[in-house]
Amino acid sequence: MNRNSGPLGRISDALWRKPSLLIFLLILPPALWLGIIYLGSLFALLAQSFFSIDEFTGQIQYEWTLKTYGELFRPSNFDIIIRTVVMATAVTIGAAIIGFPVAYYAARYARGKWKAVFYLGIMMPLWSSYLVKVYAWKLILAKEGILNWLFETLHLSWLLEAYLSIPIIGGNSLSVSATGTFLVFLYVWLPFMILPIQASLERVPVSMLEASGDLGARPSQTFRHVLLPLALPGVIAGSIFTFSLTLGDYIIPQIVGSSRRFIGQAVYAFQGTAGNIPLAAAFAVVPILLMAVYLWIAKRKGAFDAL
Amino acid sequence: MTHYLKSSTALLMALTIAGQATAQTMVTEIGDGEGQLNIVAWPGYLERGETSPDFDWITGFEEATGCMVNVKTANTSDEMVALMNEGGFDLVTASGDASLRMVAGKRVQPINIDLIPSWSTVDDRLKQAPWHYVDGIHYGVPYMWGPNVLMYSTEVFPEAPTSWDVVFKPMDLPDGQPNEGRVQAYDGPIHIADAANYLMFHQPELGIVSPYELNQEQYDAALDLLRGQRTIVSRYWHDAFIQIDDFKNEGMAASGTWPFQVNLLQGDNTPVASTIPQEGATGWADSTMMHAEADNPNCSYMWMEHSLASNLQADLSVWFGANPAVPAACTDGRGMQTAEGCTKNGLDDFERIKFWTTPVSACESQGECVPYYRWVSDYIGVIGGR
Repeated sequence: MNRNSGPLGRISDALWRKPSLLIFLLILPPALWLGIIYLGSLFALLAQSFFSIDEFTGQIQYEWTLKTYGELFRPSNFDIIIRTVVMATAVTIGAAIIGFPVAYYAARYARGKWKAVFYLGIMMPLWSSYLVKVYAWKLILAKEGILNWLFETLHLSWLLEAYLSIPIIGGNSLSVSATGTFLVFLYVWLPFMILPIQASLERVPVSMLEASGDLGARPSQTFRHVLLPLALPGVIAGSIFTFSLTLGDYIIPQIVGSSRRFIGQAVYAFQGTAGNIPLAAAFAVVPILLMAVYLWIAKRKGAFDAL
Repeated sequence: MTHYLKSSTALLMALTIAGQATAQTMVTEIGDGEGQLNIVAWPGYLERGETSPDFDWITGFEEATGCMVNVKTANTSDEMVALMNEGGFDLVTASGDASLRMVAGKRVQPINIDLIPSWSTVDDRLKQAPWHYVDGIHYGVPYMWGPNVLMYSTEVFPEAPTSWDVVFKPMDLPDGQPNEGRVQAYDGPIHIADAANYLMFHQPELGIVSPYELNQEQYDAALDLLRGQRTIVSRYWHDAFIQIDDFKNEGMAASGTWPFQVNLLQGDNTPVASTIPQEGATGWADSTMMHAEADNPNCSYMWMEHSLASNLQADLSVWFGANPAVPAACTDGRGMQTAEGCTKNGLDDFERIKFWTTPVSACESQGECVPYYRWVSDYIGVIGGR
């Protein structure tokens, strides 16, 4: 018992006798990181949004006010919020519709080598630079690009033109239309939707689907009443990624699309070019609030069990 | 996001530094070189033969002075201001929409032009230009300038368009097709000045004296013009290389642009040409400015002399499609530039160019003008269709 122990030994003894001290020491670094660097900067940002900019001098006035939040509701700014949210919603729904069958096949039917191929196929786009992918899509969608050529070869140019003449989603060519922006977002974020769905589908026991069939359910009924509810947490987990990533992106809409601003670009322009930090901060708060509501709903649906 | 973080840090630094009084001292004599020099510059402005072996104006300087040059490139004027606010740099090649911000923020120090022997060779039109000469004090050495030209497809236009009309108003182009969807505009609030420049010519009753000094009425007229432009512009150009791509793959017919893109596209055998229409054009004029707390003042002064006296002026003007601040560089054979080359880059059009400056509320020509931050938010609105 009275074995000779050095200072290290004594520390070790103390930690063994007081487990709470050990836990405290282990948690301290991440807590500092989260508390000071992460939350601290977040609150610094939030605080900025309660200041305002002087209309005449352009100087920031350090007085608490809600005026800057009021400016968010000016038509030109509110447009940006609506545009971004609509795009994020559309991308999320699109990704779920495309991602589900892919994930289903990968989870249920792909075996051995093919399973690896599927994983690779889904992950591969994540390995190349995001910018390279977006530029590649710009070329695919261009007026003199591959897609247009395809439509021409099939003598379907009239179809594309008719589609592009629809206001809002159309434009002069696919690469300068909202549809183009949507397609690129969809492509870039799709893996983030497929992987959680696949994880949740793999957890659905086959026996349940068989039982449903044995009890006389048609495949569509099995899907609606058994498979989908069980896989829903995965879909919601994926949608958190696609929704929040679209909400915050400011590079894709700059390269592909009609130059109409999204929230990320507005933040960048207001803080970088205009020096209007309060409005930039207020804009940055919008996705935080939207995501808070979204996560709260997702939590209630049990989405975090599938992460 | 990194941009955002960087800028936020820079801002914080700026706020901290702004609180301290900075001594405005001027260097009175040049000592020995400190062995290195840190410069913030536009991409393509400082070449040491790595991009193309023909274009090198750093190696000679390093050999002659022993000052090793470190280059940090910045893509926008705002990045330049942020980097200079962070500190750690000696020199910056600032455009007119950044220079006054740095003078006002006391980030740059007065330049003693007596220590720069070649100062006398600088273009007289630039020696006391308002973007670096403030209250009788020189804050910069002119570096390079150029116009924002109108680029057009020679397949669409057999002859150069004579007016900026083609990018501002819906109309049929010479090939019989409407210009809708085939023209571009610059994706920066400073483009409002191009609209104002157009109105100066076409609506003299508005009384615009400078496109960078607009009262509310003039400003509203410019925005109205730009709202009309939105209906014919399919994409606003932001990145020079995306615009080049659009002229190759999107069937673009005309756009305001820099000579840089015109040169690259012509070098690639794309059928384009450029012109400065009857209304004149906006443009940029850059100056070398010295940080208020530069660590290497001697090397800095040596570089400023080098920037005026060496092959830099001639070769850079060829490389970038710009005009030298020293007109003699066009003709004296110190580099590759020739008199014809300078004429092509717009050397004779100086009077027709309104150089970029930051719009401020207390403007010279009229009591009160619309400040830059409103240009930013309103231009976002215009692009969004408001």
